[in-house]
Amino acid sequence: MDIKKTPKKLNVKEKYRLMTRDLAWEPSYRDEKEIYPYVDYEGIKVHDWSKWEDPFRLTMDAYWKYQAEKERKYYAIIDAHAQNNGHLNVTDARYLTAIKLFLQGISPGEYSAHRGFARVGREFAGVGPQVACQMQSIDEIRHAQTQVHAMSNYNKFYNGFKDFATQRDRIWYTSVPRSFFDDAMSAGPFEFLIAIGFSFEYVLTNLLFVPFMSGAAYNGDMATCTFGFSAQSDEARHMTLGLECIKFMLEQDPDNIPIVQKWIDKWFWRGCRLLTLVAAMMDYMLPKRVMSWREAWNIYGVENGNALFRDLARYGIRPPMHWDDVEKSIDHTSHQIMLGLYQWKFGTAFHSWTPTDSDIEWLKEKYPTTFEKYYLPRWEYAIAQKEAGGEYNNFGLPKLCQTCQLPCLFTEPDDPTQLAHRETEYEGEKYHFCSDGCQHVFEQEPEKYIQAWLPMPALMQAPLKGDLAAWMEWVSLEPTAAGEYANSEDKANFEKWRKQVSTD
Amino acid sequence: MAVVAIGEYKFPSRDRVENYYGHQLLFASWDHHLLMAAPFMLFGAPDQKLGDIIEQQLKPLMQPDPDFDKIDWDAIEWTKSGELWTPDFNKTVKENGLVHKEQFRFKTPGLSTLVPPQGE
Amino acid sequence: MSKVFIILQANEETRSIVDAIEQDNPDAEVVHEPAMVKVQAEGHLVVRRETIEEEIGREFDMQELNINLITLSGNVDEDEDALTLTWNS
Repeated sequence: MDIKKTPKKLNVKEKYRLMTRDLAWEPSYRDEKEIYPYVDYEGIKVHDWSKWEDPFRLTMDAYWKYQAEKERKYYAIIDAHAQNNGHLNVTDARYLTAIKLFLQGISPGEYSAHRGFARVGREFAGVGPQVACQMQSIDEIRHAQTQVHAMSNYNKFYNGFKDFATQRDRIWYTSVPRSFFDDAMSAGPFEFLIAIGFSFEYVLTNLLFVPFMSGAAYNGDMATCTFGFSAQSDEARHMTLGLECIKFMLEQDPDNIPIVQKWIDKWFWRGCRLLTLVAAMMDYMLPKRVMSWREAWNIYGVENGNALFRDLARYGIRPPMHWDDVEKSIDHTSHQIMLGLYQWKFGTAFHSWTPTDSDIEWLKEKYPTTFEKYYLPRWEYAIAQKEAGGEYNNFGLPKLCQTCQLPCLFTEPDDPTQLAHRETEYEGEKYHFCSDGCQHVFEQEPEKYIQAWLPMPALMQAPLKGDLAAWMEWVSLEPTAAGEYANSEDKANFEKWRKQVSTD
Repeated sequence: MAVVAIGEYKFPSRDRVENYYGHQLLFASWDHHLLMAAPFMLFGAPDQKLGDIIEQQLKPLMQPDPDFDKIDWDAIEWTKSGELWTPDFNKTVKENGLVHKEQFRFKTPGLSTLVPPQGE
Repeated sequence: MSKVFIILQANEETRSIVDAIEQDNPDAEVVHEPAMVKVQAEGHLVVRRETIEEEIGREFDMQELNINLITLSGNVDEDEDALTLTWNS
């Protein structure tokens, strides 16, 4: 008698081969160059696209299955959050500033990444990266959507959320992340992958998501914590793609090494400048803190970054240029950024505040060599103004960096008492930078950065011509969304509603 | 170095002086004074008196700093583009050699209320 | 030597997974943080399907890790039996 054998399930490697590489074909009536016109011009040489393999060996069928599961988990929590006044469970309404900044600055970046990966997935000539980029593109739009959706619950109750899309395009501080993604999206496909896939996802994304989302949980914000971890579960795959893509480029041809190194230098620096906003979020905007920016940098920047670059040394890749300047800045940047945001708070779609006594104690403990000496006197000045019934504001428009677009508020790497001033001339016009790193990036591609839309100089051009009231309207900034937290509607409402809930 | 591009890559600068209807940008920075977090952006016409820009735009912005009232304006050390420079407040922006997007810096030795001198 | 790590959301499912990782990597260090759990080790870490199935009491597909994964560090290799993380230095 014949024994019926159940057909053996395909193993993961076979399945990956069948459902990824075997979906490709050799073009017969069109030239490869016509189909993939943008794959050569950056100078990256690829001899064998089939050497690209996703280490997770994820195929589209499994992808949909697991993404659907993530969405189910996510929406269960979002529904519970909306049904149970979840917005009143956060530590206090100061916390909302962190997620407003996230919504205005980061979520649109997810959408840009979605568009970018859709494009490069089309432009690469190998099916392995095509499939991986397709998955990442779908992930990124999921992130943008789930983030907007999660935060829409807060928009029902608080100011500063409702017009994040306009503000993404127009308000001043959002031009920092926007220009970062625009820079990547206007680069070639390989540079895009090094910019977003490797430098941002692999080297820096942990610094953004892991402590921040853990912080959201710690501050009672289950909605943010959930979209954060749900998105981050995709990031592990993105990081792996980022690392694979760099190894692939380096293994394909030795001529690729200097090109890749140049991109690592550029995008590491640009990413670190972008993350100074996250540093301020972590050290100042979470009422209950999980770890300081310095601690997060030590774990996810230094320890993890060193491990990565020791691993890549075998290809002849060295750690990013200007790494030492970043290291020197870590104990300073969050204070410098937050003092800036505080003094320009009349022009931000989120609130800021002076640190409380317990905040000050925490900052002293976490930054023993810098906070008390260099930054506390300025905070004490602002606190004294408040106690005297006034408010410290700086109505001066700041000089912006031509590359990172942040105000030039960073100090010399070795002198925290002196702003760093860098300038250069290109075709008879002067350009200013916040640092050597940003000047270096500019000088590699001046033709690109001279086109930068810098919000402060733009304000003086037509049609606004320096009219601040017209600017407020143009950036969709209502006075209730801006200014000192202590006087805000958000604070008053949160406290009133919380009292109602707790006395019912 | 140049942009690696698929074709000719040549675009005008976004903040060229022609976009400012006969005016220009200037930047001013007070060394070792960080209460105002970044250099100030100023705006004026090349034939405007520099002194007017200092009085009308710069000084009101500097006022919050506790050192402001102690400044000896005759003892200030001025620089632009890294070179020592002696401004003439009665002359125009142009006569003072301040081109579009020029930054000038000034030092007020001995004043350090909110930012301690380094090394102390 | 460099540290590799894997960070998972802290929940019912991952409790068993973390127990399994600890069994297979006696030198690994487990760090609990708000809402997440980090497992790290010098140079090398392995997550085995069989040990997880033993702990969780059902069949487990390695790709299910995706759902609760927050982040990881190291070169990844995954097949139906195991996920390994390594640094080559």
